[in-house]
Amino acid sequence: MQQAIGLTVFDWLVIAIYFAFVIGLGIYLKRYTRSEEDFFLAGRRNSSWVAGLAFLSANLGALELLGMTGNTFKYGMYVAHFYWIGAIPAMVFLGIYMMPFYYSSRIKSIPGYLKLRFDEKTRVLNGIAFGVMTILVSGINLYAMALVLHTFLGWNWDASMWASAVTVAAYVTLSGLMSAIFTEIIQFFLIWFGLFLVSILGIVEIGGVDEVLRRVPPAFAALWSTSADPAANGMMITWAGIVLGLGFVLSFGYWTTDFLVVQRAFSARDLRAARMTPILASFFKMALPFLVIITGLVAIVLSRDAGSGFQLLVDKGQVNYDSALPLLIARYYPAGLMGLGVTALLAGFMAGQAGNISAFNTVWTYDIYHSVLNRGASPRHLLWMGRVSTVAGILLSIVTAYWAKSFPSIMDYMQAIFSWVNAPLFATMLLGMFVWWITPNGAFWGLVTGMSSSVLLYLGVKFQWFDAARITLSHPYSDMAANFWRAWWAWLICFGVTIAVSLFTARKPREELAGLVKGLSAGAAEAPVPWQRRPEFWGVVALVLLVALNVYFW
Amino acid sequence: MRSIWFFVGLMLLVMGAIVTAAGAWQLARPPAAPKVLAQYHPSLWWGLVMMVFGGVFLWAGRRRTDA
Repeated sequence: MQQAIGLTVFDWLVIAIYFAFVIGLGIYLKRYTRSEEDFFLAGRRNSSWVAGLAFLSANLGALELLGMTGNTFKYGMYVAHFYWIGAIPAMVFLGIYMMPFYYSSRIKSIPGYLKLRFDEKTRVLNGIAFGVMTILVSGINLYAMALVLHTFLGWNWDASMWASAVTVAAYVTLSGLMSAIFTEIIQFFLIWFGLFLVSILGIVEIGGVDEVLRRVPPAFAALWSTSADPAANGMMITWAGIVLGLGFVLSFGYWTTDFLVVQRAFSARDLRAARMTPILASFFKMALPFLVIITGLVAIVLSRDAGSGFQLLVDKGQVNYDSALPLLIARYYPAGLMGLGVTALLAGFMAGQAGNISAFNTVWTYDIYHSVLNRGASPRHLLWMGRVSTVAGILLSIVTAYWAKSFPSIMDYMQAIFSWVNAPLFATMLLGMFVWWITPNGAFWGLVTGMSSSVLLYLGVKFQWFDAARITLSHPYSDMAANFWRAWWAWLICFGVTIAVSLFTARKPREELAGLVKGLSAGAAEAPVPWQRRPEFWGVVALVLLVALNVYFW
Repeated sequence: MRSIWFFVGLMLLVMGAIVTAAGAWQLARPPAAPKVLAQYHPSLWWGLVMMVFGGVFLWAGRRRTDA
C-alpha cells in the first residue's frame, strides 16, 4: 500500500460539508415524503432535466469512475464504446419507443410491467434476479468506496465500509427516491467539478490531447480502425463482439430494462418529460469520455514515462487498475482540491449505492413482498416496508462487498452480473412490447433458460470446463470480450426459447394487452408540442452526434 | 419545496469558496512539497469557477418551488 495522503483542514471542511449536505437534504425532504408514491417514485413530479440528470447519475457511481478509468488503462480507448455505441442508441430507443409503454401503464417497476404483459411468475422471477443484482452491485460500490478511503487516507477497510453504508442508509430511509435523486444530481456536479480538472491538468502536463494520443500504444489509441483483428486492439475483441455484445445486448439490456435507471424516468411529471429523460441524459453521457477515458490515457502515458514517477499500485503481484484515478488526484490536487476530489469519489460511491438501494427497496416491496408474501398490505405498511428493506439491503451489500474485494478489476465483474440478468431480460422485453402473441409461459421459460445459460457460460469459462474462444469465436480474447459475447448468447437463447415456447402455449387475449404492446395501444396521451421540443427530434440529434464522434476518433 | 438547483448552487458556492481560500493560502505560503503543476495554482482559479457556477445556479433556483 502507498503511504496515506495527509488531508488539510480545507479538505476536511469540503468533505464535512458534503456529509452535512446529504444528511440535511434527507431530513429536509422527509417532510415532503408522506405517501408510498412519494417514497418509491419521488411523487412523480420531476422535470425532464431533473429526471435526466438523475437517470445518468444513477449509472455514474464511484464504481463507474474508478472502474472505467482503470479499464482504459487496461484496454485502451475501446472503453469509450461503453459511453457511445454502448449507451446512446439504447437511450434514444428507450425514450422514443419503450417509454410510452412503461409510463402510460402507470407501473411502479419493470417487474410490474412483466406482471401486466405476462404473469405473476415472470414478475417474481425478474424481481428476485433484479434484487440479487442490485445488492451485488451495491456491494461493489461499497468495495470501491473502501478502496478510495484506504488509498487516500489509509483508513481501515471495515470501518470505511460501515461508516459510508450507515450514511446512505440514513438518507434513503428518510426520504426514499427523492433524496436518492437529489443526491445523484449533486453528485453529477461534484464529479464534473471534482474530477474534470484531473484530465485538464493531465493534458497540460503531457502537452495536449494530440500528444497524449501519440504517446499511447497504437492498439490503445483508436476506436474502430483496429477492430478487424482482436490481436490489434487492447480489448482483444472484434467489431462484431462490440456491436452485438455491447452495442446491442448489454447496452439495450441495461439502459432500457434496468429498473435502477428507468425508475428515474418514472419519476417524471408527464409522458413527454419521461420520454425526454433518457434522451437528455444521452448528451451528458456522450461527454463523459472526456473525463474518464482521457484520464485513463493520461495514466498510461505517465506510467510509460520513467521520469514521471507515476506507477499504479500493485497488490500481491497484481496491478490494481482501479487505483489510476485516485493516484492522479494525489499527483495534481493541492489542499482544497484534494478534499473536492475525495468528495467527488465519495459522492459517486454514495449516490451509486443509494440508487441501487432505492431500486431494490421498490422491487422488493412491490414485486416480492406485496406480490407474494403479503397481498393485503396497506399503503402505510408498504411505506414502512420500504424503509425496513432499505436497511436490510444495506446490510446485505456489506456482506457482498467482502466478496467483491477478491476480483482484480471491478467492471469485468459488473459486466458479468449484467449479462446474467439484463441480457436475457432485454429479449423478453423486446418480444413482449413488439410481438403480441408472445405468451406468459414463453417469457418465463425464455428468461429461465437465458439466465441459466449466461451463468453456466460464466462458470464454464471461470472453471475452465471449456475455452472462452468457443464463446468469443476469436482468439486471443480478454475477460471483457468474453463478457460481451456471453451476453449475446444469453440474449439469443432467451429470444429463441421465448418464441419457441410461445408457439405451443396459451396466449393472452389481445384486449388484455392494450397499451402494453405496440400496435395494440390506443396511442399514448401526449400533448402536441412544436418539433423542436419533440423527443424524436432530440433523439436524431443525439444519434448524429454519436456518429460524428465515432468517425472523428475512428 | 426548494428546487434542486438551489441546493446545487449553494453547495458549489460554499465548496468553491473553501477551495479558493485554500488556493489563496497556498499562494501566500507555498507548501514545502508542491504537487505537479502547482505553479498554475489550480485551487485558486478552479475555486473561482465553482463560485461563478454556484452563483448562477443559486440565482436560477431561487424562486422555484417544484422539484
